[in-house]
Amino acid sequence: MSFFGFARDVGSAIRRPSATFSLGFLAFGGFVAGIVFWGAFNWALELSNTEAFCVSCHEMRDNVFEELKGTIHYTNRSGVRATCPDCHVPHEWTNKIARKTAATKELWGKFFGTISTEAKFTAMRRELARHEWARLKANDSLECRNCHDLAFMDFTLQGKRASEQHDRFLASGEKTCIDCHRGIAHKLPDMSGIEGWN
Amino acid sequence: MRGFAAGLAVLVLLSWASAAEENIATLRGAAISDSPDPAPMAGVVNKDLRQVRNYPEQPPTIPHSIRDYQIDLRSNKCLTCHSRTATGESQAPMVSITHFMDREGQFLASVSPRRYFCNQCHVTQSEARPSIENTFEDIGSILSRLRRK
Ligand code: HEC
Ligand code: HEC
Ligand code: HEC
Ligand code: HEC
Ligand code: HEC
Repeated sequence: MSFFGFARDVGSAIRRPSATFSLGFLAFGGFVAGIVFWGAFNWALELSNTEAFCVSCHEMRDNVFEELKGTIHYTNRSGVRATCPDCHVPHEWTNKIARKTAATKELWGKFFGTISTEAKFTAMRRELARHEWARLKANDSLECRNCHDLAFMDFTLQGKRASEQHDRFLASGEKTCIDCHRGIAHKLPDMSGIEGWN
Repeated sequence: MRGFAAGLAVLVLLSWASAAEENIATLRGAAISDSPDPAPMAGVVNKDLRQVRNYPEQPPTIPHSIRDYQIDLRSNKCLTCHSRTATGESQAPMVSITHFMDREGQFLASVSPRRYFCNQCHVTQSEARPSIENTFEDIGSILSRLRRK
């Protein structure tokens, strides 16, 4: 069969009326719908990836956000700041989806009231914090490193305590940011029994 | 007579008040009725150099920044470096043995509750210029001055 013959056959197959819609319409419609849904999905993803979304629920606004405000990641001399998703949502798409799925559990927590009051939130806090530590430990503090790159840290400009610890434990790979920098953005939960805190 | 005494008292009070007002004016750099721009906040000294204590019982001043270091019932950030077990890694001076003593002088296994809230006694220093000069004299310098006489 010549190329033109094949093209004509395919052409007529696409034009042939199906039960209700032509195959061409279905394919094109599916394509458009795909774009729309994909776009909407990513749009919703991006929308839910803003700090405004995170703090739109009062559990986050009244507790963790309030606490963040006094810290160096909210106010500092250079005016560069970190927002909730900077530290809590990975940048790569697959990791992002995985984290979002996990976050749905937290939404569950909101709707069914496990963290609906400050007292309940405080009680759950240790558990929630441990999840974040475990996550950051497992990915070698990836979110911190998105902004803070060890390769560009000038130890001579750091305080003595900082440069010595970074030199001994960070540069050697023995520890990662979250091992030493817990509670940099929020108040810590009850730390009794947690390694290094006594 | 009584009227005279009362008048005198008022005069004395008034002159004392105006002297006080002048004093205040020199301290804040403006008359009491003015509200000048506040001086910029001085930074915290973060040189990591331990300071000489002015007398042996003085809680040493903190030679490093303590921004956002949480000390409450849930956690104590200071102890993650200054506790007995943490000093190997942190290379920080261990809290001294007095911090383990209860008020009967008994040694406890960990930091005593009355020494738990570190910044009740230990404070950072700031780079601010003192408004009034300090005339405190170290016992050591008093003794050597007396010895020289
Ligand atoms: C969005 C970028 C961003 C992310 C993500 C981020 N940081 Fe920062 N971090 C900053 C900025 C900006 C400063 C302040 C710099 C300045 O002005 O001194 C800072 C300061 C700090 C400081 C200095 C604190 C002080 O008192 O001097 C520490 C420690 C720190 N970050 C740790 C972390 C850790 C740990 C993480 C991960 C959980 C993290 N950061 C994630 C941007 C970020
Ligand atoms: C072994 C413990 C340790 C690890 C691991 C560690 N840090 Fe630090 N870091 C310190 C100490 C101690 C200080 C100084 C005290 C403080 O800021 O509380 C410090 C200070 C800092 C500062 C402020 C610099 C200054 O001059 O004070 C930044 C920024 C920082 N760390 C970022 C990071 C990042 C990002 C990571 C991971 C890539 C990391 N640190 C890993 C112990 C550590
Ligand atoms: C600089 C990084 C950083 C930023 C910015 C940040 N967080 Fe966190 N967050 C952490 C870390 C690290 C933990 C783990 C607990 C800890 O060490 O305090 C945590 C823990 C939490 C937890 C678990 C409960 C708890 O308090 O431990 C919640 C909820 C949370 N963050 C929400 C938020 C929200 C909402 C925002 C924005 C307003 C935000 N975070 C901004 C780093 C950050
Ligand atoms: C990251 C580890 C670390 C943390 C956290 C820390 N320190 Fe220190 N501290 C040190 C080191 C190291 C020194 C020795 C001097 C230096 O390097 O700054 C020191 C010195 C001191 C000294 C001076 C001791 C002397 O003999 O002169 C005092 C007092 C002190 N710290 C109190 C505190 C208090 C109070 C806190 C909590 C608010 C605290 N430190 C948190 C590491 C730490
Ligand atoms: C009631 C007041 C008080 C409190 C609370 C207190 N200290 Fe002290 N601290 C002192 C005094 C006084 C000294 C000096 C004499 C001594 O060693 O007892 C001292 C000494 C120290 C030293 C120097 C020890 C040495 O051998 O050089 C360190 C470090 C220290 N304190 C850290 C801490 C930390 C960390 C906390 C909180 C867990 C704390 N202190 C709580 C009063 C206090």
